[in-house]
Amino acid sequence: MNRDLLRLARAERAVGRHLAVCLGTAVLAGLLVLVQAELLAGVLSGRFAPAALGLLAVVVAVRALLGWAHGTAAGRTATAVKTALRGRLLARLQELGPARLSERRSGELVTLTGRGLDALDPYLTGYLPTVAVAGVVPVAVLARLFAADLASAVIVLVTLPLIPVFGALVGLHTKAATERQWHALSRLGGHFLDVVRGLPTLRAFGRARYQATVIEQVAGAHRNATMRTLRVAFLSSLVLELAASLSLALVAVPIGLRLLSGSLDLSTALLVLLLAPEAYLPLRAMGTRFHASMEGVAAAGQVFAVLDGETAPGGRGTGIVPAGVPEIRLEHVTVRYPGRGDAALEDVSLVIAPGERVALVGESGAGKSTVLHLLLGFVLPTEGRVTVGGVDLADLDPDAWRARLAFVPQRPHLFAASVADNIRLSPAAPGTPGDPGADVRAAAAAAQAAGFVEALPQGYGTVLGEDGAGLSAGQRQRIALARAFCRPGASVLLLDEPTARLDGRSEAAVVAATAALARDRTAVVVAHRPAMIEQADRVIRLAAGRVVSDQPAPARIGEAP
Amino acid sequence: MTARTPAVYSFSPRLLGAAAAGAAAELAGLGLIAAAAWLITRAAEQPGLAALSVAIVAVRAFATSKGVFRYGERLAGHDVALRAQATTRERLYGALIPARPHTPGGADLLSRMVEDTDAVQDLMVRCLLPAAGALVTGLAAIGIGLVVLPPAALVLLAGLLLAGVLLPAASCAAARRWTARIAPVRAELAARVADLVHGAADLAAYGANGTALAAAEEADRRLAALERRQSRVHAAGLAAGTLVQGGTVACVVLVAQAAGAGQVATAVLALTALVCFEPVLPLAAAGERLAGIAEALRRLREVGSAPPAVPEPARPAAPPPGPLTVEVENLVVRHDADRPPALDGVSLTLTPGRRTALVGPSGAGKSTLLAALMRLTEPESGRVRLTGATGDAVDLRDLDSDEVRRRITGLTQDPYVFRASLRDNLRLAGPDADDETLTEALRRARLDDWVRRTGWDTELGEDGRTLSGGQLQRLALARALLHDPEVLLLDEPAEALDEAAADALMGDLLDATRGRTTLLVTHRLRGLEQVDEIVVLEEGRVVQRGRHEELAAVPGYYRDLWRSEALTSR
Repeated sequence: MNRDLLRLARAERAVGRHLAVCLGTAVLAGLLVLVQAELLAGVLSGRFAPAALGLLAVVVAVRALLGWAHGTAAGRTATAVKTALRGRLLARLQELGPARLSERRSGELVTLTGRGLDALDPYLTGYLPTVAVAGVVPVAVLARLFAADLASAVIVLVTLPLIPVFGALVGLHTKAATERQWHALSRLGGHFLDVVRGLPTLRAFGRARYQATVIEQVAGAHRNATMRTLRVAFLSSLVLELAASLSLALVAVPIGLRLLSGSLDLSTALLVLLLAPEAYLPLRAMGTRFHASMEGVAAAGQVFAVLDGETAPGGRGTGIVPAGVPEIRLEHVTVRYPGRGDAALEDVSLVIAPGERVALVGESGAGKSTVLHLLLGFVLPTEGRVTVGGVDLADLDPDAWRARLAFVPQRPHLFAASVADNIRLSPAAPGTPGDPGADVRAAAAAAQAAGFVEALPQGYGTVLGEDGAGLSAGQRQRIALARAFCRPGASVLLLDEPTARLDGRSEAAVVAATAALARDRTAVVVAHRPAMIEQADRVIRLAAGRVVSDQPAPARIGEAP
Repeated sequence: MTARTPAVYSFSPRLLGAAAAGAAAELAGLGLIAAAAWLITRAAEQPGLAALSVAIVAVRAFATSKGVFRYGERLAGHDVALRAQATTRERLYGALIPARPHTPGGADLLSRMVEDTDAVQDLMVRCLLPAAGALVTGLAAIGIGLVVLPPAALVLLAGLLLAGVLLPAASCAAARRWTARIAPVRAELAARVADLVHGAADLAAYGANGTALAAAEEADRRLAALERRQSRVHAAGLAAGTLVQGGTVACVVLVAQAAGAGQVATAVLALTALVCFEPVLPLAAAGERLAGIAEALRRLREVGSAPPAVPEPARPAAPPPGPLTVEVENLVVRHDADRPPALDGVSLTLTPGRRTALVGPSGAGKSTLLAALMRLTEPESGRVRLTGATGDAVDLRDLDSDEVRRRITGLTQDPYVFRASLRDNLRLAGPDADDETLTEALRRARLDDWVRRTGWDTELGEDGRTLSGGQLQRLALARALLHDPEVLLLDEPAEALDEAAADALMGDLLDATRGRTTLLVTHRLRGLEQVDEIVVLEEGRVVQRGRHEELAAVPGYYRDLWRSEALTSR
């Protein structure tokens, strides 16, 4: 068994228990085949009275019952393992935090945590029980054969190892060749997807129809190459099949001859005939399930790579957040993201007075968003420190501090929930799920969102598609802005390009609303557009992680460059 | 589309061959056990060696041939399956060629479609061929039963029908039902996890992590509960198979003993009954898979069913000879009947040799206008006319859409890099171009240095991962220049580039397009003083037009954008 999964089975008691039942029932059902063979041989040879048929029926029934119990336990094992891994992955996502999640290939993480874990099913419910059966049943069959008929037992004992040995030999011999070919195959197999994805580009140059002939040729080449590979790959299954059936012939023919000479009784002979195939069956079953199970092992490897990866630095502060609108200071702050050469912020010192409205400007990548993430506690300074009302931000309870902030990220995420719940994101906010309430309506109105929300089929109760599907970029932006308006208790406003993707009319309205929201609060706004910058008391320009200018907002800015 | 079903049958001689080999392998297995059973029980009656010799030969022959037949079946079966898959893919591709109003966008959806074509392979290898083998084995077993003891054959028939028809049908139905119940919960879980990952910043900032985590865990619990119940149903199916097999063997023995059949006959019947279930029992799993296959095939059939975005003319007009003038008159394009139009009465003229820039906020209709010019979308009203050197005007709708795109095309949105050499990636825009022409196109797109370093035959990686964003856009520009269309379209060529790369590309691009009929869509204004006309689009309408100096002098979207560009750059 995979080492990491074994660790999991030990740690999670439910997993261990279900797995034990799953493997136990599989082995028991396998062993009952021996009893079944015994009874059938006895009845057929006349050694047992016909009434033994009733017993045979009972054995079959018990086998069926065990099979059912096995299947159920296998299902429970699989779901328990997946739930346990999913739980750990989700906890790990929390641990990584927003800043580090955005660096990772987040789509892959979502797939892995969702559908990706299902790849474990064939491994847990198919391969593992087969391995357990293959470890026990052939030995039991051999033992019974030795007791019944030494000659046949020896034949089985000698031929049985041929299956793994031949399997390994054929595998070894063809491994390099098959691997090379599978590699070539996967490239050819990917060709079709490649062409389908590039269809818009082909269409744009009038080449779409021509490519159909290429697809045909590639499919032909693909088939020829696959068949060449399979001719070799299937050799191992040919060997296994031959070993099993020839062994049966090797057992059956001498038994017949010995029966003829009277040196063996029919009951034993039938038993041997019935039992011999059962010795080979589990090994062959193991071989056929091996490939499907490998995907599961790979998935487990990916999961544990995420779980065992480096952990976020630092612990959680517990300090009490100073009351009122605090002064915010950045003292010689440098931020480096792991795996990147240049610092995102380099020796930045800033003092933001209570109630000040600061606009951060600069090119993309200059470090504007990193400043906001610092203030949110999503990233910690590599050097220097951030203080809030004189207290180091790292010492404050992050949840209590964030409860004092209203934040609109650059690309806000909308949740697959009602519009009202999307605006009233914080669980602490008043109101019942799905019911907008006065605060949500007011926030939507202030963010210029009320108009289009009320025009939606179910108004505030409309459930949004995944990531706000069905809304325009500007509408999504305004719903996210309404979130900030829905936090009347916030003392610091952090906005990352709130008017990006808005047309001129909505922009003017949002700028006015933001100005109202910023009253009596500190506001740090990443801004691109003049209308937004004109609202600020102070404009800080960042370039390559450094502050290059910091001056009061000019009354009138920006002639053409 | 009825033409699609025959993908399964069109290889029938090969399919029959594979099925015959599979059936032969199963029959050899059955024959092996039946002959061995006969050999042993008959030997117990000590009839003399001569009486057994045929059985001995039969046992050895069956034992040897089984593996060989199986090998043959697997090879032939995969050959048939691959051919069927190739045909399915060709048909899928054919169905995807015409542009559709809602193009099956999203890489996920495309990947799923391509995966769906694998279903045809599974249909062959995992459903049809096993079913054929099971059918032949069952018939052979019943045949043996009829010869030895007809009443026993009836019992066998009943058992085989239960295990080979009823159980697979039931598992197919169960699989369909359970997939329908599980799919929404699975989607819910995926959405919750996506919320936690993509919305991490929003959740953390608003202290809503706990609720989102609880929602994800709740979805996981519901999914796990459903999966457990599904596995119980699945296990019940397997148990039923065991019961039917064991019960049939017991009944066959009972019937044989009651009928006073001899020891030999009883043994042969019992072992035949036991073994003939071996290919039959896996059919339950095949039935389960069949539910998914049927669903995949249904999805594939639907691909071609949506009407194309633009109808092709029954008798396409001859395209006018260049140089071309494009006249857009009062063009209205509506993507969705209950939404405002994406283009709401746009008029503009592209004159030979002149460059026009199209600016405006996202969603203003810029890309829709390009799509209309490339005949990828059908206008609701208004028209686009092409006037050639002869002075004859042709409506775009009267031309073959491929002919339109050969003349009006260029750098489109999301240019794609194929997993092929740089040469092939470039050549798709000019199949007949010689090396000199290729080099010239690369030189004008300022990619020549890069080519000298990496070489012409470098394989460009999946999704062009070996290219930077700037190189990708430059490759797309080189393609457009190589294709050398009458009217060059450039859709946001500096999209997704950093400032320096964007400035460099725009500069090169404005150099390379001098003297060409060009329509440039952009959200960066630097350098636009070089173009002949700037058209500002907002909410599907032309709100401003003129040269840079004129637009920068009057209040409006253009001046705002110009000022904010000045503010945010050095």
